[in-house]
Amino acid sequence: MRSDGKPRASWSLRAAALAGMAFLHVPLFFIILYAFSVEEKSFVFPLPGLTTKWFAVAFQREDIRAALGLSVRVALMSTAIAIVLGTLAAAAVWRSRFFGRESISLLLILPIALPGIITGISLRSAYNLMDIPFSFWTIVIGHATFCIVVVYNNVLARLRRSAPGMIEASMDLGANGFQTFRYVILPHMATALLAGGMLAFALSFDEVIVTTFTAGQQTTLPIWMLSELVRPRERPVTNVVAVFVIAVTLVPILIAFYLTRDTHEAAGSGK
Amino acid sequence: MTAAARPTPLQRLSSLLYLHPRLLLLLLLAPPLLWLGVIYLGSLFALLLQSFYYIDPFSGTIVREFSLSTYRELFTAANADIFLRTVLMAAAVTVAAAIIAFPVAYYMVRHASLKMKALLFLGVMLPLWSSYLVRVYAWKLLLAKEGIVTWFAEQLHLTWLLDAILAIPVIGGPSLSISYIGTFLVFLYIWLPFMILPIVAALERVPRSLTEASADLGARPGQTFRKVVFPLAVPGVVAGSIFTFSLTLGDYIIPRIVGNSRPFIGLAIYQLQGVAGNIPLAAAFTVVPIVVMAVYLVIARRMGAFSAL
Amino acid sequence: MSNPDSTAVSFSSVSRVFGEVRAVDNVSFDVGEGEFFSMLGPSGSGKTTCLRLIAGFEQPDAGRILVHGRNVEGVPPYERDVNTVFQDYALFPHMTVYENVAYGLMIRKVPSAERRRRAEEMLEMVKLAGMGERKPSQLSGGQRQRVALARALINHPSVLLLDEPLGALDLKLREQMQDELKSLQRRVGITFIYVTHDQGEALAMSDRLAVFNHGRIEQIGAPGEIYEHPATAFVAGFVGVSNLCEGALAQRLAGSTRPFAIRPEKISMLPASGAAPDGAVTVLGKVSAATYLGSTTRFVVALEGGGELTVVRQNSGGSLSVTPGDGVRLCWSRALMQPLQGPAK
Repeated sequence: MRSDGKPRASWSLRAAALAGMAFLHVPLFFIILYAFSVEEKSFVFPLPGLTTKWFAVAFQREDIRAALGLSVRVALMSTAIAIVLGTLAAAAVWRSRFFGRESISLLLILPIALPGIITGISLRSAYNLMDIPFSFWTIVIGHATFCIVVVYNNVLARLRRSAPGMIEASMDLGANGFQTFRYVILPHMATALLAGGMLAFALSFDEVIVTTFTAGQQTTLPIWMLSELVRPRERPVTNVVAVFVIAVTLVPILIAFYLTRDTHEAAGSGK
Repeated sequence: MTAAARPTPLQRLSSLLYLHPRLLLLLLLAPPLLWLGVIYLGSLFALLLQSFYYIDPFSGTIVREFSLSTYRELFTAANADIFLRTVLMAAAVTVAAAIIAFPVAYYMVRHASLKMKALLFLGVMLPLWSSYLVRVYAWKLLLAKEGIVTWFAEQLHLTWLLDAILAIPVIGGPSLSISYIGTFLVFLYIWLPFMILPIVAALERVPRSLTEASADLGARPGQTFRKVVFPLAVPGVVAGSIFTFSLTLGDYIIPRIVGNSRPFIGLAIYQLQGVAGNIPLAAAFTVVPIVVMAVYLVIARRMGAFSAL
Repeated sequence: MSNPDSTAVSFSSVSRVFGEVRAVDNVSFDVGEGEFFSMLGPSGSGKTTCLRLIAGFEQPDAGRILVHGRNVEGVPPYERDVNTVFQDYALFPHMTVYENVAYGLMIRKVPSAERRRRAEEMLEMVKLAGMGERKPSQLSGGQRQRVALARALINHPSVLLLDEPLGALDLKLREQMQDELKSLQRRVGITFIYVTHDQGEALAMSDRLAVFNHGRIEQIGAPGEIYEHPATAFVAGFVGVSNLCEGALAQRLAGSTRPFAIRPEKISMLPASGAAPDGAVTVLGKVSAATYLGSTTRFVVALEGGGELTVVRQNSGGSLSVTPGDGVRLCWSRALMQPLQGPAK
């Protein structure tokens, strides 16, 4: 509508914006390129040659498959917990005004607002104090903690955009609280819930800072990558894993973006 | 009226909750609050508590008694260097991120068509959510001595410039991947989306009529920008800086992978609790970013940054 | 007292307090079976809170509410035989029009074939036949309003509550919907309780109406009674336009300091030299302003001895031509003055 009415940007502004966006994306392009490099020992550029053999090599590696399996299981479980807790918190904040409402939002945001290392080392020392051995669940607890806010934000945004009378209308028409949740609230926030879940999954699947402290001897895919980054042993395989990680996180992010596009459009039309 | 039918237990529970909204609120809030309150805040306080314990210098074990000796250990010249280095880096990254982010955000809000804007928005969101490690890794490829940046410098006959930059004392080094410049670039790259999005949010809130009013009152575009748009976008910049500053303060992975291996706060904490096993000192170290961030948040709040978050 | 069998809704001494605000303050009234009852008042006067008390979204802090003789204290909305048409319609955006209309039946586990038949009947009744598969977002404001109506009526409630249902529509559509709603109500014979701040709407549609102010009812009565005999200064001013006279002016015109109201259209305007009919109240004045309003003209007349009155006259042609500055004689029958309770403001 109004898009035509927008003034044309000056050359310098357009160049600066383009440069900023290029800065964000060009490095990812090179990652993909390097996955096809024949060179094993260094990051020499231009690439001496191209090959796809490293993909086959990487996918046959037992350690990588085990790490991938653990990462997926952790991400699924963390997402499930975050969906339940984040939705409850969003519903509470949306439904009622109560004392300390602002503090709830702050508390939820804290685990991602404070540097991850603080969350990580806190959990680790708490596990130590309580003699809890490292396990699948020690990783999940850490991940779920910082994933809650992602679901919370998505669901709350959707609820806030819904007509306030919807719940009352449903109850007025004879549906009790549970039926209202089943037939009205849940379908209405389904896509926001799914989007939040997708983002939580991507966040957890990729997390390394907290995981380092809560995994003990277990290896998730990001931990495997980190050890390769600190002490490179198998550069070509690492390159392939990097591309794979980009792909795995990209899909849920794109789905989440698509599911909540009405929010962006609403933001886009401005006021 | 069919009220004569006996209500099922579920119906009775529903009515109970409906007529006692406080009970419903309690049931909704209890699980997330218990999780975050007990697990997260509990661990955080336990950690802070441990900063008041100390390591027995002879046995090397942790003594669980209240003491400030760990904090005395914290404020040594060597550690002061670490704090200074980290805060300077965080500040440099924040300023640079704001400079790069502003034109991108401004273009997005003021000039891009709706479709273009959605695309740019996605373009900012994707790096924000996609793999942190992979993106750090990308810079290892870019900055390696035999890598892409060096090659491009050669092609453009700018090797002399690269060498001159690397020859700068302190921030230079043998190659970009082993210098403060490298560390800075990676920090900047990783946290940039966190700066762009709040600025976009803040600019969205500047009504178009305001700039039109300014123009109508005779201001040239440059004056309108300086006097009207920029001051209104400041809360967005400050909100973004909360992220870039906080994230740089606590990061321990980037300086380990790209840089000259001089410690930053995050790295120091990591090494203290890991290799050295000195949990009390590590805990005391975490107090530093928490305090810095607390002060920062108070200032940011005064500047109205919270509305742009 | 009314017979409980013929009383749809009964409030006795009901109060609802929000913090410091007495939103509903000791309100009592009865609504008869099959009646079209309006609650009229400015925003914040407590009329919508009364509606929400009947629907069950609010619980009274004091007093008793009966719906068909049943005390509804502690009965949640979904167990009340009452349905509501919401101000913003509150249609479910993720459901089609048909699903919206059939929602109440689906909750009551009515078989799907019957559900569809009854929903289609309802849609036909509100003139939306064939629109069932659309989403609410694809409808116009007026159409959404009809869906909300069909969705509420399909459950055959004993009482239908309407919360400013026409507020969001433009003037033409609003007048058309007023007529439709009124005839619909006669056809289905359901008690309608209608909340509005538009006095014209309330007068046009209601069998009886209650005028709310500051959480209390100022007056209850049939439209003609409310208009012709406003009990208080608030009613006189809120329903239609009135000249409010009190103190010395009332003493001079009516012979008593008791405040009274006189409608502008009830005042006759004669030349200053003209003679008033026997027994009429009469006063001399000078026209200070005249505003042409199409079918009528509104004059403001400054009275000799202070005070002013507004006079409205039909532009029927042939009557005395008056311009500002002219001296006039105003007169009206004593019976048209409506004595008021309490102070004028």
